[in-house]
Amino acid sequence: MKSLQKHQLERVGKSLTGFCIAVVILVVGSLVVMVAQRGLSAFAVDGVDLWGFLSGVTWNPHQPDASGAPTVGALPMIFGSFAVTLLSCLFVIPFALGSAIYTVEVNPKFGNTVFRPALELLVGIPSVVFGLVGLTIVVPWIRGWSGGTGYGILAGSLVLAVMVLPTVTSLIIDALNAVPAAYRMSSSALGGTRWQNTWHIVLKAATPGILTAIILGMARAFGEALAVQMVIGNAATIPDSLVSPAATLTSVLTTSMGNEAMGTVYNDVLWSLALILLLMSLVFILIVHIIGNRSEVKHG
Amino acid sequence: MASDIKAQVSRAKREDKIATGILMAIVAFIFILLAALIVYIIASGAQKAFDPSFLTGKPEQFKEGGGIGPELFNSFYLLVLTMIISVPLSLGAAIYLVEYAPGNRVTHIIKTVIEVLSSLPSIVVGLFGFLLFVIYFGWGFSIISGAFALTIFNIPLLVRVIQQALESVPTTQRDAGLALGLTRWETTIHILLPTAMPAIITGIILSAGRVFGEAAALIYTAGQSAPMLDFTCLDFSSPTCPWNIFRPAETLAVHIWKINSEGVVPDLAAISNGTAAVLMICVLLFNLIARFVGKRVGKKLVAE
Amino acid sequence: MMQITERDTRGAAVEAEMREPVLATHDVGVRYDETKVALSGVNLEFAAGEVTSLIGPSGCGKSTFLRCLNLMNREIPHCHIDGEIVYDGHNINTPDENLYELRQSIGMVFQIPNPFRKSIRDNITFAPRCHGIKDKKRLDEIVETSLVKAALWDEVKDKLDKSAYALSGGQRQRLCIARTLAMNPKVVLMDEPCSALDPIATFSIEDTIGQIAGEGISVIIVTHNIEQAARISDKTAYFLLGEVVEWGDTDAVFSDPKDKRTQDYLTGRFG
Repeated sequence: MKSLQKHQLERVGKSLTGFCIAVVILVVGSLVVMVAQRGLSAFAVDGVDLWGFLSGVTWNPHQPDASGAPTVGALPMIFGSFAVTLLSCLFVIPFALGSAIYTVEVNPKFGNTVFRPALELLVGIPSVVFGLVGLTIVVPWIRGWSGGTGYGILAGSLVLAVMVLPTVTSLIIDALNAVPAAYRMSSSALGGTRWQNTWHIVLKAATPGILTAIILGMARAFGEALAVQMVIGNAATIPDSLVSPAATLTSVLTTSMGNEAMGTVYNDVLWSLALILLLMSLVFILIVHIIGNRSEVKHG
Repeated sequence: MASDIKAQVSRAKREDKIATGILMAIVAFIFILLAALIVYIIASGAQKAFDPSFLTGKPEQFKEGGGIGPELFNSFYLLVLTMIISVPLSLGAAIYLVEYAPGNRVTHIIKTVIEVLSSLPSIVVGLFGFLLFVIYFGWGFSIISGAFALTIFNIPLLVRVIQQALESVPTTQRDAGLALGLTRWETTIHILLPTAMPAIITGIILSAGRVFGEAAALIYTAGQSAPMLDFTCLDFSSPTCPWNIFRPAETLAVHIWKINSEGVVPDLAAISNGTAAVLMICVLLFNLIARFVGKRVGKKLVAE
Repeated sequence: MMQITERDTRGAAVEAEMREPVLATHDVGVRYDETKVALSGVNLEFAAGEVTSLIGPSGCGKSTFLRCLNLMNREIPHCHIDGEIVYDGHNINTPDENLYELRQSIGMVFQIPNPFRKSIRDNITFAPRCHGIKDKKRLDEIVETSLVKAALWDEVKDKLDKSAYALSGGQRQRLCIARTLAMNPKVVLMDEPCSALDPIATFSIEDTIGQIAGEGISVIIVTHNIEQAARISDKTAYFLLGEVVEWGDTDAVFSDPKDKRTQDYLTGRFG
């Protein structure tokens, strides 16, 4: 009798927690399926040409072109998203790497007691706040020396860079900390300076972790919506320069989705943009996994 | 030969010094930048943020002097609802992963699914919430749609935090429970969870800070309008009833974005700075509370 | 293998009449992932009130074997236990064996003292309460008797509500023993219970082991300390590379090992 209760208790626990995991999986599954379904209907139902969508440079869904098909070239947004992501990454890498090396290799005490908690605090700053700071400081500053509006890819990348810096730095610190102390000691024992140790031994050993940190930072930058939308200028064209208004996938989604009724061509192509975002985040995950697997193979 | 080595050593030493100097400069730069950022946000909005009439007042669309009363309430209400849904769900999912998941393909797939969810841009989560809750379920722009969208946004982080907390409890504790003839369920609930509780609570509060500041997942789920709330109203279907979960609810973070993208309020800068300062102060408080509570709970539970 | 059965019949024949084994294994083996064999062909018997030492170099399978006896290996994914483990007259190595009842009768003490992060009292009463004993008086009795049996009562009787982590290492380990004894086990398995302790604490644990064996409990202890095995055990089994090389009365195994490999180990050639 009592033993029966134990078995039942275990079964209850297993089903209760299993139910939770099933809900999570169901949600993710339906998310992917529903977004894909809506995102593909532009091509399947409305007859939008996939290649024209990916390579077209004119985004004007309300205005059919000469042949009567909607003008939905998404290249400006795709270009914008990649441009802000890569550029922000370029800004972030030296700072993230440099400060991570300092906190791990040079001054761990400062790293653990001051720098790390400060970074954690910064990870928590809401992205709209970054957008607001971008709007009130970065954009006017760029306007001051460039003469244009100040909105554009440069403003977007600077805001994103400050936003992802704490995340990337903490992840790189983790990667450096994961390098076994024995690596450093054996190199020091051979007479290497700290810089030589770091450069030749530690960074090499931590490369997969550092790459992962950068990719995750890029994923976050690529998917950020509001902070970028507030400073990019929202002009769906490929810009002439880094300081002219542009657009990203997320910024167009943010500004347009609410204005278009479900089922219209415009609405459908917006979902196609969302699908691109979804696929890109899968690609980022895939890259992280490939890096992980590779380094596992290498180190046995 | 000997002088060669000497020269090399001194060059190496010089390089070491230069490198250290550069690293220090980078750290100092980041530190100043980030400190300036926080000080700027709070300082530029401090006057508004500590003004009671701003904190409780009604937002204005076309004239000066609007407040953020409804937004402030909505942010907390939405946060509480989100946590009520997402904490039990994540707890269950994490316990399953740590205790019951068979160590095989299935586990691997589950982990990948959660990882995918964690990498999804929050705007995509928001759009999915729009599609599912707002349109298919017919809940409209409402608190409940927003709470579910935020739950989806919050789950991966929360599951990971709880999972790590449970995994960091020494396996000997689990073994001890099982070897006494207890079920995994009893061992988890009575032994592992209490031991992991400080880390779990810290994680929950930190995730609350993230949820509190999230906007992209909300603009198409909880909506962008904040009807003035009437706290004496007990008619749960009325749009002015604060507790009505089917009314639209703009939060602080959405408010900042909304007024800036519309740009029609005359005192736009003051209001958005003030709102941002309130938001920042709340997030900083969450962070401090997380540290403090984590330590306190830890001491209490372990009875040391 | 021949010598084992020989000694078995010769040495244990006399005792067999008075001591029925409480626990016996027939051809017990352990595989990981179906193919990796960690242990094979173990045939041992354990009698009530007897202390049996399992010795051997690290990685020889002695701890793995110990974890078979209360089916703890079942908790490890991809781990399979083969053969028969006979307890209380029936084979327990079956899918429908009730683990929860079995583990109350066959208790286990681990290498690192692992009291729960609770008070001393709760450490003892937690499992009985989970098993349905709610009466407070009865629980108080259990606390006292098991602490007395584990020779810890005098040291902790005034601070039962203090955290278990306020105790010293040796005391913690005796608390873990007491926690196991609270379930009234017939067999207690110990996995190197003294390896994390200093000599004085070790001595007190050995004392406790003698006491609980005196209560009629069969104690099976894995140890890497040969002297300890010689001091405390009635019988000794020597494990090497996943097999039992020698098993018999401790005196006989130590003074006159039948197998060359046992001799090498005991004289310190390896291990």
